[in-house]
Amino acid sequence: MGVSSLVAAGAVRLSDESNCHLIPWGGGSDCGFPAPTADIFSFSPYSTLAIAGQEFNFTKPVVLAIIGSIFLIVFFLAVFRKPKLVPGRMQSVGEYGYTFIRDGVAREVIGKEGDKYVPFLFSLFFFVWMLNIWGIIPFAQFPVSSRIAWPVALAIVIWPLYMWLGMRHQGPVKYFTNMMFPPGLPKPIYLILAPIELVSNVLVRPVTLAIRLFANMFAGHLLLTIFAVATFYLISPSLIGILGSAASFVMSVILTAFEAFIQALQAFIFTLLAAVYISTSLHAEH
Amino acid sequence: MSWVIAASEGEGANVLALPLYEIIIALLCFFIVFGALAKFALPNIKKTLDERADAIEGGIKRAEEAQAEAARLADDYRQQLAQAREEAAVIRAQAQADRTAIIEEARTEAAAAAATVTARAEAQLTADRAQTIASLRHEVGTLAVTLAGKVVGESLTDDARAQATVERFISDLETQASSAEAGR
Repeated sequence: MGVSSLVAAGAVRLSDESNCHLIPWGGGSDCGFPAPTADIFSFSPYSTLAIAGQEFNFTKPVVLAIIGSIFLIVFFLAVFRKPKLVPGRMQSVGEYGYTFIRDGVAREVIGKEGDKYVPFLFSLFFFVWMLNIWGIIPFAQFPVSSRIAWPVALAIVIWPLYMWLGMRHQGPVKYFTNMMFPPGLPKPIYLILAPIELVSNVLVRPVTLAIRLFANMFAGHLLLTIFAVATFYLISPSLIGILGSAASFVMSVILTAFEAFIQALQAFIFTLLAAVYISTSLHAEH
Repeated sequence: MSWVIAASEGEGANVLALPLYEIIIALLCFFIVFGALAKFALPNIKKTLDERADAIEGGIKRAEEAQAEAARLADDYRQQLAQAREEAAVIRAQAQADRTAIIEEARTEAAAAAATVTARAEAQLTADRAQTIASLRHEVGTLAVTLAGKVVGESLTDDARAQATVERFISDLETQASSAEAGR
């Protein structure tokens, strides 16, 4: 059975079970809790475009990301188009974002040369945050970064960047020896440390970077969905139905607020780690 | 219930799948956002923030410069005042010294002039007196001889003895005169 047919089958089943409640009422049937599965992260494309044999599926997350990207460009162009020495309200907001990345990330982590990487880190932070925040935007309510392809794509940008910077600033061989042999340790330690450091810096870093963001957004969305589904599933004209449904609804509101925080935090962590990787490439660790 | 299990058994959507098209779109989206922001939006705000920092730091710098200038001027002023006072003191001391010197000089000059005048007067007096005495002696001698000649009835003019007598008489007169002068 192909994925698409399964999704279609699931959609049919969901419509069948749209009246599924713990205690049957209003013509609905008695059924088990329709716990959300990995299927909620799969979408059938609105349309498909084939370019040079490669199919481009315009699914919900892709469309959300494109809308979000356009919004970012339009918003920051509008806000920073004609900046004034004494800023207006919108410019202040934009400036706050800019100085947050410049002072809080670039200068804090990289130091004086950090200013050069502010545009990259700024774009990275707001791009990731935009991908994440779709998870709590009403009607969209899907964090694009819970699709692992998006964090992986960003890791694919960051990995060559910091590898190249490291080889350019420390030398193509010295970069790896500096990384594997941090000074000031007893010689036998290097037997264990050198391979660990190499694997950690070259392989583990980009993988964990992508998976951390993906897993956080994935789990958050799953959790929100569970309580949203439970709110509907438990509701019935009875005390237990009202209480259970209300509790689930409150939980989903609380979790939405929590997700809003996690979304910003993960965007920040992603950007911060990118800055840390750039920084360790610019200067050998001592 | 059956489809939940089916999904957990891995027959559902694979959440770890990496569709190439999605990665390409993700990269495109990111690079378009990055390019647009880095090229058109962020340079403006960087420039403005730098200008603002400049304006603030420039203002502080200008104020500091003005303060330094004022301090320097006050210092100059105080220095000039002190210098002027010093000069005044020097001039005063000089004037004092000059006055003393001038007075001393005048006094010395006056004393010298007085001494000269006194000396001249004394010399004049001495000369006059000597002249008077000589003249008197001669006159008195002539008178005495004439008188004695009239008394004796003969000329004693050429007599050496008479001359000696006159001399002795005048000497006695002188002696009397000087003793009388001393007694006075």
